[in-house]
Amino acid sequence: MSQTDVATLEVHSATGLPSRKILMWAFIGSECMLFGSLIITYLVYRGKSIVGPYPEELLNIPFITVTTFVLLMSSLMMVLALSAVQRGDMKWGKVWLLMTAVFGMVFLGGQVYEFTHFVHEGLTLQTNLFGGSFFLLTGTHGAHVTVGVIWLLSLFFMGVRGRLTQASAETVEIAGLYWHFVDVVWIVLFTLIYLLS
Amino acid sequence: MAVTGAVGAETPGVGAQDHGGTYSGGIWSWLTTVDHKRIGVMYGVSAFLFFLVGGIEALLIRLQLGTPENTLINPDLYNQLFTMHGTTMVFLAIMPLSAAFFNFIVPLQIGARDVAFPRLNAFSFWVFFLGALFMNSSFLFGGAPDAGWFGYANLTSTQYSPGMRVDFWVLGLLVLGVSSIAAALNFIVTIINLRCEGMHFMRMPLFTWMTLITSFLLVMAFPAITVGLVLLMFDRMFGTQFFNPLAGGDVLLWQHLFWIFGHPEVYILLLPGLGMVSEIIPVFSRKPLFGYAFVVYSGVLIAFLGFGVWAHHMFAVGLGPVANTVFAAATMLIAIPTGVKIFNWIATLWGGSLRLKTPLYFCLGFIAMFIIGGLSGVMHASAAADLQQTDTYFIVAHIHYVLFGGVMFALFAGMYYWIPKVTGRMLSDRLGKIHFWIMLVSFNLTFFPQHFLGLHGMPRRTFTYESGLGFEAMNLMSTVGALLLGSSMLIFIWNVLQMLRKGPPTGADPWGGSTLEWSIASPPPHYNFKVLPKVYGRDPLWAADTSDSRPGDDVEAPEPHMPGPSAFPLTTAIGIVVMAAGGLTTTLPVLFVGVAVVLFGVYGWAFQPLEH
Amino acid sequence: MAQSNEHVQHAHPSNGTYVLVAAVLGVLTAVEVAVFYLEAVRPVLVPLLLTLSAAKFTMVVGFFMHLRFDSKLYRALFVGPLVVAIAVMIAMLFINGVFRL
Repeated sequence: MSQTDVATLEVHSATGLPSRKILMWAFIGSECMLFGSLIITYLVYRGKSIVGPYPEELLNIPFITVTTFVLLMSSLMMVLALSAVQRGDMKWGKVWLLMTAVFGMVFLGGQVYEFTHFVHEGLTLQTNLFGGSFFLLTGTHGAHVTVGVIWLLSLFFMGVRGRLTQASAETVEIAGLYWHFVDVVWIVLFTLIYLLS
Repeated sequence: MAVTGAVGAETPGVGAQDHGGTYSGGIWSWLTTVDHKRIGVMYGVSAFLFFLVGGIEALLIRLQLGTPENTLINPDLYNQLFTMHGTTMVFLAIMPLSAAFFNFIVPLQIGARDVAFPRLNAFSFWVFFLGALFMNSSFLFGGAPDAGWFGYANLTSTQYSPGMRVDFWVLGLLVLGVSSIAAALNFIVTIINLRCEGMHFMRMPLFTWMTLITSFLLVMAFPAITVGLVLLMFDRMFGTQFFNPLAGGDVLLWQHLFWIFGHPEVYILLLPGLGMVSEIIPVFSRKPLFGYAFVVYSGVLIAFLGFGVWAHHMFAVGLGPVANTVFAAATMLIAIPTGVKIFNWIATLWGGSLRLKTPLYFCLGFIAMFIIGGLSGVMHASAAADLQQTDTYFIVAHIHYVLFGGVMFALFAGMYYWIPKVTGRMLSDRLGKIHFWIMLVSFNLTFFPQHFLGLHGMPRRTFTYESGLGFEAMNLMSTVGALLLGSSMLIFIWNVLQMLRKGPPTGADPWGGSTLEWSIASPPPHYNFKVLPKVYGRDPLWAADTSDSRPGDDVEAPEPHMPGPSAFPLTTAIGIVVMAAGGLTTTLPVLFVGVAVVLFGVYGWAFQPLEH
Repeated sequence: MAQSNEHVQHAHPSNGTYVLVAAVLGVLTAVEVAVFYLEAVRPVLVPLLLTLSAAKFTMVVGFFMHLRFDSKLYRALFVGPLVVAIAVMIAMLFINGVFRL
């Protein structure tokens, strides 16, 4: 019985799956608990604020619907970017990557506008439990979007400098997984915070 | 170098020979290393140092409690000591000691050359190490955290805990969380993806299995405490009202978030130890583990149930009869998979040809002490009984039977078992057994009386007690025991130093082990396996005992290329701790410097090729 | 290794499918908001919205993140923690008596 069959010296993969992608999925699993705990905080404190402003006075559903739509569409851009890079169509790959990042920035712009507006209306982190839990939950999501935008722009600039090729499809795919997850979290938050207010 | 089937002593030359420079090189090579074995050694050494720090804190506590109305330590310092003792032992001693074994042993057991992400691994270590220094530096800046290791709100509010003490605790734990999650993700991917050919999941060594389960627990449990800590940080630094009852805040939310993390954390501490014992007992009984699949699945079940029992830490807060009943029942269920494991170990020993070496001594001590700790655990799983025991020394006794009698005995078993693999030299079996007996006796002398102290009503976390309450004799016993327990550590340290100086060489396989780490030289060459091994069963080395070849490096093959060193993990880790320091002192410039260093580190890391 | 799933998947959907999925997502969002303003569905608003949101969630994860087509391992890594997170959330809501969403 030969226990030492000549195996390949390259990094080997027992499952045939790329390690970085497994890493990203495991990380996303962990993020489920992070956002879960934040959502718990928000829901436990729903209706517990003893001074205003209260959610129903402030939340602007039409406005947030628009930014929600923008974020949803950015996910479409992201899959199109990945699909272009996988085909080796780097020109469209770059275009879609940039578009995804731009849509992400539009969403962030909406969030900045919303936050500023709330502060004008007298809702800050310190005002009441709604203020604290709302800003923390949506702010954590916004921070994730920001990281995603930086990541996508980095990939775009790699593309501009010709360092993004068909061979880097996996890198784009992993960034995409992160981006879609951030979108998915917003789908949940949009319903729980805004529509069920 | 022919590695043949005979047990031990076949490797030529002196013990600590260095294969391709496993441990050689100056300080810079250690700071930039990405080798899982070096990182494992650094984890082990630093965790053991923090274990000693936590131990000294415990000894000071016991000295204070040795006699009634003692004035050796003032109440303020006492609060700092018990807080830092708990925090240190949980986060800076036991978890990183387990991480040391994950790092050193798991890649060898699965037949891999390193972990899946070597630089992420270095990053985890440095974040842990710097975060630990950060937290302990609080002793120099106005005092250490003093709100207890589970920092209940609203004791931690700025009103009741002004100053930076609790901020050190909050930021320190946030930093340590980064380290733990990064390490756990790394080990999940490593174990899933770097198993050698033929090593299906149900052929993995038990220690590797428990590492995998522990890693999943970590990535799922840590986010809960992260959120709790962020809420607390916002309350303290930005004036939010999360834990302010006057504004409608719910102090119980902290307890929920803490224990949603905290109970899985108990299994994070415990499961690696269970894995080690499941490795060691078969080797010293000379027979395969009894009921391998049962041990694996009961580990999975313990982890899964571990998420459904957090409120048993909160029976006394008044969640109501329904919640208390549900959580009590779920808690009692955990006794079943735990009991299954104990029966499996005993059945493995049964009829085996036992070799009573130090590692097996510690395993047997572990089983006995862990059963006692488990039994007292089932006692306060009953909500009615728990109301009598909450916040008394009974709980202190229980947690120490589980975490010291259980986990530390298992970790010492692991150290005696695997240190020869790490250093290539043998520890003295005689000194090891002396260490074991003193530790076993003094451990029980320290903690067994605390059960009775607790049932008699002595509260925990109180800096002294009056005379005439009937607490004196048992407290004195406990203190004497603790001092003996501390001295038993000196024997271990002496043993290690003697080994480094003049320990006999071990050869590849001093114990006749069954798993892949024993097929390569001790210490292993920096690439571990020249040719990646292939396995055909659960105990590959035992199966191969009679054949002429073992999976090893006795093959003519080119030396594998390994990832090059990198300074970026350390750089990024420094940036994170600078950010924490900026948050601590609320100086924005420092915070921004930290962010800049992190960005620099991450970009440098991302664009640095793995081999260079 | 025998359990290699490498060649089974990677039949990724076409760009047309992606656009279609995005269109459905957009429509579902519009329905959600419409439902929010409709007095008639008030009594079933909460389950309705949660269902719609879950549908969107599943579509993004299934199509855009390829979980429908990819290895089962990824699915396990995601769904496992997700189930634990949801279970903990539901338990917390019960304990805190928030079931009046």
